[in-house]
Amino acid sequence: MTQPGQPPTDLERAVTALVQALRAGGAAAGLAGAELEDAVAGTLAFLRRRLTADFTVDEFGFDPDFTEHVYLPLLRPLFHQWFRTEVTGIEHVPAEGGALVVANHAGAVAVDSLMTQVAVRETHPQRRYLRMLAADLVFATPGVGPVARRTGSTLATHTDAERLLSSGELVGVWPEGFKGVGKPFRDRYRLQRFGRGGFVAAALRTGVPIVPCAVVGAEEAYPVLGNASALARVLGLPYLPLTPTFPWLGPLGLVPLPAKWLIQFCEPIDTTGYGPAAAEDPEVVFELTDRVRETIQHTLYALLDRRGRVFG
Amino acid sequence: MVTGVGGELGGRAARRLAADEAVERVIGVDLRPPRHPLGRGEFVRADVRSPLVARLLRQAEVDTVLHMGVIATPAAAGGRVVQKDINVLGTMQLLAACQKAPSVRRLVVKSTAGIYGASPRDPAVFTEDMAARSAPRSDFARDSIEVEGYVRGLARRRPDIGITLLRMASVVGPTIRTVLTEYFALPVLPVPLGRDGRLQLLHEDDAVAACVRAVRAEPVGPCNVAGDGVLMTSQAVALTRRPWVPVPPLLDRPVQWLSRSAGVAALPRDHQALLAYGRVVDTTRMRTELGFAPAHSTRATFESYLAALRDRDRGPEAVTAP
Repeated sequence: MTQPGQPPTDLERAVTALVQALRAGGAAAGLAGAELEDAVAGTLAFLRRRLTADFTVDEFGFDPDFTEHVYLPLLRPLFHQWFRTEVTGIEHVPAEGGALVVANHAGAVAVDSLMTQVAVRETHPQRRYLRMLAADLVFATPGVGPVARRTGSTLATHTDAERLLSSGELVGVWPEGFKGVGKPFRDRYRLQRFGRGGFVAAALRTGVPIVPCAVVGAEEAYPVLGNASALARVLGLPYLPLTPTFPWLGPLGLVPLPAKWLIQFCEPIDTTGYGPAAAEDPEVVFELTDRVRETIQHTLYALLDRRGRVFG
Repeated sequence: MVTGVGGELGGRAARRLAADEAVERVIGVDLRPPRHPLGRGEFVRADVRSPLVARLLRQAEVDTVLHMGVIATPAAAGGRVVQKDINVLGTMQLLAACQKAPSVRRLVVKSTAGIYGASPRDPAVFTEDMAARSAPRSDFARDSIEVEGYVRGLARRRPDIGITLLRMASVVGPTIRTVLTEYFALPVLPVPLGRDGRLQLLHEDDAVAACVRAVRAEPVGPCNVAGDGVLMTSQAVALTRRPWVPVPPLLDRPVQWLSRSAGVAALPRDHQALLAYGRVVDTTRMRTELGFAPAHSTRATFESYLAALRDRDRGPEAVTAP
């Protein structure tokens, strides 16, 4: 540190400016007094940790420090204020140990998976993290890939899924994949095919419960009116959605419509009774896959009834 | 018999074995002389590709072969052609000699975790029974895949030889010079734009210790060897406290060309993939079957390397300072 009387260095000036900017930002967000000072100190501590690499990630690249201080604060306003999300049945998500949350997928970009992640973190009594399984395209996309890994996602393969589940993590999977997010608005809340049931096999092999989860709201947040499939092929994307605002309004078109969201976690399906060998039995796998699919579909209809007005 | 004793790791492994009373005799083989004395060990200047090695194996009634003569960097071998020749043909000849030597009972081969490749389509953690989803583009990894193929061939023909294949994570430390250590010593680090790989490192001391352990322990077949924990590329870059520039994929080649013409080491393509996507291997077998636990975590390994690097950087100044 410099002695009093010495002119401040550039670095000190930069830090002072940063602190003032943070104070102003915090005050604008409605913070005051000790709360504001805490927020400023917290942000500075976070920046120091990032600059000195003073944080650890797990073998999947999950970075709780980043998730807690950057990612979740960005998503929370979307979850509470914009979508006014209501969560029910969180008691069906186990307090500890591995479990597989299986949910429907919709709405052009996979905001529903992010909102489910926030829902678990915000409303679960143990504030668990939902580790998401994502398509390889996510990890191949510059910018998106590292953020996905930092926030706990990993590749949707049975090895990664089973590794997470057997180490007692809560894992989220969206078996409809691109078929779900890319489906047109007229098919809203109609579940697409659930693939080959790989997620059921993973749950059977690790003996963890399956928690079906229904999400209402994503379809109207990004209503997919059309698909520019020719352009998508040129760009190497699985689909290129056209919504009422995208791409007509440019980047503004990425702002979701403020639909009302409901997320319901359903009663868990126990898989221990079947034994790990049942993972190789297509009959059991298909039967369980269908059961999960039916549960989510019925819950979706019930939630739609309850919601009433879309933007209400 | 230890091959590749002219290399840093091979030489140290041979010295460690020679210091062990239980080991009757240690013969170090390489074309290059060892950098440090092998102690009780004898150095034989020979090419693993020559018939001399087969004769040595028979005459000395060698029971254990530790094959460290697989060279990771072309510069250390004297060019890519020589490197491939030593790695692939050398291993082929050495294993053929082992097959014909009835005294050989145990074979330990140094391989690399690079054989798993590094891409966004890979599972997060590789276990020994997995193979690369997309063929690795690096020369050394491809050599190692061929080497492992020959080792499997020998295992079929001589089931009485117990084999351990050590698939090591990138070896880093205060003294060893590899592509990765050269990279992190650059004055400005080019990092892949919008990407961040998970790195797993192995300390040079642990690499040597793992080889020595594998010679003594029961054979375990292929076995991943890596330090605990994961360091992101961005974390490693932050720890170096050097300036960095993001490089978009399209500019890879021009940047490579620039850095090469500026006389600094250019990063091979496979290492770009490593920095961009990373690779983590499962080390359960290393702990439970090989019975080996590295003394240094990935982070401690990198920090020991950085400490040595800072000393090296400070070196000339310390001399001129009064």
